Amino acid sequence: MPPGRGRGLRDVLRDRFLLKLLVRKEIRVRYRGSVLGLMWSYLKPLLQFAVYFVALGIFLNLQGSTPNYAIYLFSGIVLINFFTEALGNATRSIVENRDLIRKIYLPRELFPVAAVWVSAVHFFPQLVVLMGACLIVGWAPSVLQIAALVVAFLLVAVLATGLGLLFGAVNVYFRDSENIVDMILMIVTWASPVLYVWSMVEDVLGEWFFLYQLNPMTVAVELFHWVFWYPTLDAAELAAAPMPPDLLTLWTPIALALTVLIMFLGQITFRRLSANFAQEL
Amino acid sequence: MEVVDDPAIVCTTVQKEFVLRHTRSLKEALIWIVKGRKGDLSKKFDALQDVSFTVARGETVALLGLNGSGKSTLLKLISGVLQPDKGSLLTKGRIAGLIEVGAGFHHDLSGRDNVYLNGAILGMSESTIDEMFDSIVDFAEIGEFIDTEVKFYSSGMYLRLAFSIAVHTDPEIFLVDEILAVGDEPFQRKCLAKIKELAAAGKTLLVVSHDLDLVSTVCERGILLEHGQLIADGPVADVVSELRRRSRADE
Repeated sequence: MPPGRGRGLRDVLRDRFLLKLLVRKEIRVRYRGSVLGLMWSYLKPLLQFAVYFVALGIFLNLQGSTPNYAIYLFSGIVLINFFTEALGNATRSIVENRDLIRKIYLPRELFPVAAVWVSAVHFFPQLVVLMGACLIVGWAPSVLQIAALVVAFLLVAVLATGLGLLFGAVNVYFRDSENIVDMILMIVTWASPVLYVWSMVEDVLGEWFFLYQLNPMTVAVELFHWVFWYPTLDAAELAAAPMPPDLLTLWTPIALALTVLIMFLGQITFRRLSANFAQEL
Repeated sequence: MEVVDDPAIVCTTVQKEFVLRHTRSLKEALIWIVKGRKGDLSKKFDALQDVSFTVARGETVALLGLNGSGKSTLLKLISGVLQPDKGSLLTKGRIAGLIEVGAGFHHDLSGRDNVYLNGAILGMSESTIDEMFDSIVDFAEIGEFIDTEVKFYSSGMYLRLAFSIAVHTDPEIFLVDEILAVGDEPFQRKCLAKIKELAAAGKTLLVVSHDLDLVSTVCERGILLEHGQLIADGPVADVVSELRRRSRADE
C-alpha cells in the first residue's frame, strides 16, 4: 500500500473521531482568554444586524416597504455569516495547520471540513435566536418549510466546503487566494437578497434575472426567507411580497446540483494539489 | 535487490526533487509567464536519487548519513507526508512516526485533551485511547499535571508526554527520528528500553540518529545515505564504520 494516498472526503467520514477532536480544539482555542467566550458569536451578528437595520431599515426606510423587515434582514444575515465564516476559515485552514501537515500524514480534507463544522457550531445559536424572534411575531412553519431550512443549510455547508477545498489548496501555492476569498465574501452579502428584496433585482435585470438566481447563495437566502419571513406575514402583506418564481421546483434543484458540482471540482483540485502540501508549506 | 518473504517497506528507485520557489505571489508568477518564462522562478535539487531497498517485517534498520543526506526526507516519504516524484514506495501495516514528537500538540489545551488529539492524529481510536490513557500518563511521569495546559509544561514534560503517546499507538512500523535526544538521562534510558522492547516484540523499526554507538545497540542493519544516494546497506557495525571512514576522509 503506498503511504499518504488518501481517498479524499471519504477518509473524513471514516475519521469522525479525529474530526470531532479537531472541531472541539478549534472551538476551545478560538475564544481562549476572553471573558465573554462563546458570547462573542452572538454579539457580533447582533451588532451587524443593528447597524444594517438602523442604516437601511430606518434611514433608507426599507422597513416601510418591507413588512417585518427585521426578520427579513436577520434571517439572511445569519445564513450569510455562516457562509463567510465557513469559507474564510476553510481557506486558511491548510496554511494555519502547516505544522501538522508538514510532519504527520493525515487526510488533509479534515482541516477544511473541520473549519466548516466549527462555523456550523457558531451558526446554530444564531439560528435559535432567529427562531425565538420569529415565534414572538407568530411564526408557524409547515413541514415543507422545515425541510427547506435543512436544504438551505446543506446548500451553504456544501458550497463552503467545496470552495474551501479549492481555495484552501490554492492558498498553499499562492497566498493571493486568501485575498480573492475576502473579495468574494465582501460581494456575497450584496449578491443575494439579504438587505433588499429580490424583486428590485428583477426590475433592473429583466430577462437576465436568471443569472442572479444561478447563485446558490441567493437560492439559500430566498429559502430562508420563505421559511422564516413568509409565515410571519398576514394575507395582505403576502399578496404584496410574492415568492421568487419557481424557487422550490426549479432553482433549488439547480442550486443543489451546482453546489455538488463545485464540491466535486474542489475535491479533485484539492487531491491533485495536496500531494505536495508538505514541501510547499 | 533481494526478495524478502514478508516485506514491511519496499522502496524501488525512489527519487525526490525539491523545488525552491522564490515567490509565492500570483503577480510575479504571471509576470514571469508573460515575459516568456525567462530566468528561473525556482531552483531544484535532488534530495533522493534512485534509492532502492526492502525492509522485512520485524527488522530494525538504522538510517545513517551526515546532515542533508536525505534521511529525514526518506522518513517523510515512508510516513506519507511527502510523495515520491519517481519510483514507488509501498508499505504494509500501520505506521507511526516519532518524526517530530509533539507536532500535533496544541499549547492552549490541557495534557488530557492533547493525549486524545494526538492519539487520534496518530491513528488511535477513541476506545483505545480510553484504555491506554493511564498507561500513557504513567509512562510520561506527568501525574497530576495532566489537566494543566501544556504551555505550562517544562520542555522535558512536553517531550515525555509526546513520546509516551507515540509509543502507545502500537503501530507495525515505527519511524524514529532523533527521538533519543529526549529528556534527561533516566528518561532516555527508559525510551531506549521501550524501543528495544518494541523491536523484541517484532515491530519494524526505522531509526535516524547521529548517535552512532546508540543505533549500533538498537539496530541490526544499517543503510547509509550520502547526498541523496544509497551508498551502503548491510550489518549496522559495517555501515557505521563505513560512515566513520568517510567522514574522516572529508576532514
